[in-house]
Amino acid sequence: MSRQASRLDAKKVNSEFLTLTYGALVTQMLRDFENAEDVNKQLERIGYNMGMRLIEDFLARTSAPRCLEMRETADRIQQAFRIYLNIQPTISNWSPASDEFSLVFDSNPLTEFVELPPDLTNLRYSAILSGCIRGALEMVQLEVQCWFVQDQLKGDNVTELRVKFVRRLEEVIPAGED
Amino acid sequence: MSTYYFVIVGQNDNPIYEKEFSTVNKELRKEDHRHLTQFIAHAALDLVDEHKWKTANMQLKSIDRFNQWFVSAFITASQIRFIIVHDNKNDEGIKNFFNEMYDTYIKNSMNAFYRINTPIKSPMFEKKSEIFGRKYLLS
Repeated sequence: MSRQASRLDAKKVNSEFLTLTYGALVTQMLRDFENAEDVNKQLERIGYNMGMRLIEDFLARTSAPRCLEMRETADRIQQAFRIYLNIQPTISNWSPASDEFSLVFDSNPLTEFVELPPDLTNLRYSAILSGCIRGALEMVQLEVQCWFVQDQLKGDNVTELRVKFVRRLEEVIPAGED
Repeated sequence: MSTYYFVIVGQNDNPIYEKEFSTVNKELRKEDHRHLTQFIAHAALDLVDEHKWKTANMQLKSIDRFNQWFVSAFITASQIRFIIVHDNKNDEGIKNFFNEMYDTYIKNSMNAFYRINTPIKSPMFEKKSEIFGRKYLLS
């Protein structure tokens, strides 16, 4: 049975709660790993694992049909951000081949109140988002690359997340089975 | 002509933010009061702790004076003390300034990279205090 859409409202959490929890997670990881690059990698992995599970919930909630091209996929990602984070990124900067686009965020609930200290400029604070997109799309047989082009935390006007289509994953029979 | 010395004092009596506001031009200033104002603020800490039990208010108003200097204080729920040493009466302005700084302080402490009771180095905070100082204290 698919989950009822109305159930989401009852579980709404305060966005500041999310901001502070995520902030505590990132700073604790920084203290544990003592290296921003490792933290980036871990955050991306957390996001990836979340995305792999979230896609199931997303499909159940929206009963979205299969996407035939990247433009549809982009709309779905936009819709997912609205459902899960209540923010609406704008889709722009399509590449001529239509296989690469940007999600532009005016605001990011994860980075509210946050100011990066000057010695952490290589930290990708919101790496969990890019990991999430990669994980979710991988579960629907799309391999993508996802990275930050601009970040409000680093003084840019907007946060821009670039998504690039790599290839379609073919279903293969696991080794050892006929 | 007025000067204000604003300091935020942490839970262990450690200063975490300091700022001076003055309408007097730096070159024209006859004497440097900086060491003196620091002393007065420090001496007033005990009085702040005394006054905080007498009222439920966060604003402690004028709590001490030394020669021409007045001391006004504000105490947050987590026992962070805001102190202003000033040389002319401006209750309304100081009250507004404290309220705005309290707001700014809360925003700053919501930043995951800021650890409580450590000096505030955020450029955003600096800019805000500059703006509010000019708006409420010096105008």
